[in-house]
Amino acid sequence: MNFILRRLGFYLVAAWASLTLNFFLPRFMPGDPATALFARMQGRIQAEQIQTMREAYGVSDDPLWQQYGAYLVNIFRGDFGVSISYFPTAVFDVVRSGFVWTIVLVGVSLVLSVLIGNILGVMGAWKRNGFVDSVLPPLLMFVGSFPFFFLASVALFFLSFEWGWFPLRHAYTDGLAPAWSWEFIRSVLYHLVLPAATSIVVAIGGWMLGMRNTMISTLAEDYVTMAEAKGLSQRRVMFNYAARNALLPNLTAFGMALGFVISGNLLVEIVFAYPGLGYQLLTAVNNLDYPLMQGLFLMITFAVLAANLVVDLLYVRLDPRVRAG
Amino acid sequence: MSATNQTTAAVEVSPVGQATPVPAEAAFTGPRRRSGAWLTQLLGNRKAAFGGLILLAFAAVAIFAPALAPYDPTEFVGRPHRPPSSEFRLGTTGSGQDMLSQLIYGTRISLGAGVIVGVATTVIGALVGLAAGYFRGRVDDFLSLLTNVMLIIPGLPLLVVLAAFLPAGFWTTVMVLIVAGWAWPARVLRSQTLSLREKDFVSSALVSGEGSWRIMLREILPNMMSIVAAGMFGAIIYAIGAQAALEFLGLGNPSAISWGTILYWAGNNAGLLVGAWWTFVPAGLCIALVAFAFALVNYAIDEITNPRLRSQRETNLALRRHRRQLGVSRATPVLRSAGQHRAAGD
Repeated sequence: MNFILRRLGFYLVAAWASLTLNFFLPRFMPGDPATALFARMQGRIQAEQIQTMREAYGVSDDPLWQQYGAYLVNIFRGDFGVSISYFPTAVFDVVRSGFVWTIVLVGVSLVLSVLIGNILGVMGAWKRNGFVDSVLPPLLMFVGSFPFFFLASVALFFLSFEWGWFPLRHAYTDGLAPAWSWEFIRSVLYHLVLPAATSIVVAIGGWMLGMRNTMISTLAEDYVTMAEAKGLSQRRVMFNYAARNALLPNLTAFGMALGFVISGNLLVEIVFAYPGLGYQLLTAVNNLDYPLMQGLFLMITFAVLAANLVVDLLYVRLDPRVRAG
Repeated sequence: MSATNQTTAAVEVSPVGQATPVPAEAAFTGPRRRSGAWLTQLLGNRKAAFGGLILLAFAAVAIFAPALAPYDPTEFVGRPHRPPSSEFRLGTTGSGQDMLSQLIYGTRISLGAGVIVGVATTVIGALVGLAAGYFRGRVDDFLSLLTNVMLIIPGLPLLVVLAAFLPAGFWTTVMVLIVAGWAWPARVLRSQTLSLREKDFVSSALVSGEGSWRIMLREILPNMMSIVAAGMFGAIIYAIGAQAALEFLGLGNPSAISWGTILYWAGNNAGLLVGAWWTFVPAGLCIALVAFAFALVNYAIDEITNPRLRSQRETNLALRRHRRQLGVSRATPVLRSAGQHRAAGD
């Protein structure tokens, strides 16, 4: 319980830090970016949009601490300002619509890459210098060296554009109404294959190598020797004694890697024109939609913090030492 | 962060501070061993040598770019989207510049930014990590909190928000990447410092009255040089990838020539959808090749400094030399001759 409270405190600090950064960034950047921003956007957007921007960026006479307080209250109420490129839709609503798709994509690719990567890692450590251990690591390391978005471009070009095996863009066939019908789900899955596959292929190597290395350390533990001495089946020693314990450090790595995986997936979304948060990020950058950019930053950060909290809860469940201490 | 960084994460660090495996190197490399020793070993390692060779080649391309490039990379020398030919070895871009020349000149900015960011983040990370691990207590609490907060905030959105509010340019990108990237080396080196702090040579340095910073920089730092180096290579991989990603998003300086902007323009000029694969494949391959080379060197460092991996390798070599094979069991190495093994079965 103590452990969870400590972690909860940490996440609150992290959330506060990103909120504060977000607040001060437009206000304290050199050369008064707010003013420069308005100059750059003259003629591109309507006067009332500029007015909302002015308020959001503190071109007001209130003292700073008052603005800061108002800002925190607004965020707490889910008010992230108004998007410029989707004016007058609120940033919160824009981001919410993209969230679903990013969670689908990140969820599927993360679960699969972690699962496959860890199993390969266990196998690699178990049969050192066997096929899995000698061929796969360098291969996956090479594939993992490619930037997410580049591999996605190549896959899109050859598999979708040249050979037409997969759809070119979007999360489901245009004109299909979202529903819990078999047709819709099939269309979603079909559109999901390529984006998910690219990010799985890039990410899998890291999981495999991580698992393999902890597994090698675990295999040297006395309880593994003991299990072998007892004459337990190889399978049982491998999964119930070694892999189970080697999984723990990897679980914490999982929480840490989440931000990285999400970043990669955002870029994959851009390449495949997948209507998630990444695509919105691109829209925001292209249209100088600063409120949307900041809203995306905050909401992705909060999501990562929440996911880490879940990982911590799992950790407590899995590691009795944490519960006791 | 790159895939290789995740690897180190799993072995080296346990964020909760529980069940942290003792860093192998500290325990086995004697504290007073010459810090250059592992470098000679590194050069003898096949993976490291191969990776180093690739990196040297890229460095040479970056330095001698003006001599190597057949055209001025910014000049419009041909019609847009020409496929590779004897005139344009890698074809032309969507606006008619020579792709090969762009690629060669792009090496400068991409590699330059990568190395600058890599070195800077490592230096900052080392200072923070050393201070946190050495002073412990309040200092550690504060610095660790800062480090962990930076680590947990997702990278790309943070980079985008930071870069968007600053004027686009090379140094903006570099600065933003440093701000977002120093936390990882800091964390790895902190846990290393924490364990080295307990060694006798640190106590004796303390007793003989050496100052804190001297102990940190002259006693502790040389003993974790291999981890610092591995961290730096990881940081360079991160920097090259993140810079390319920022530029691909359009947050770099689009008139500068780098691998990231090549990809950005390939996307913008719809190089993909007119079938002009040569506008984006070479740049991506270059990024991947550089990252792969650094990852190879890191892999080699891991092999050399992790006694478990090393002893395994040496055992295997010895076994192979004597045409013998280990039994199926992991825990109790039973030597059998190769023929016998098959007969014995599982």
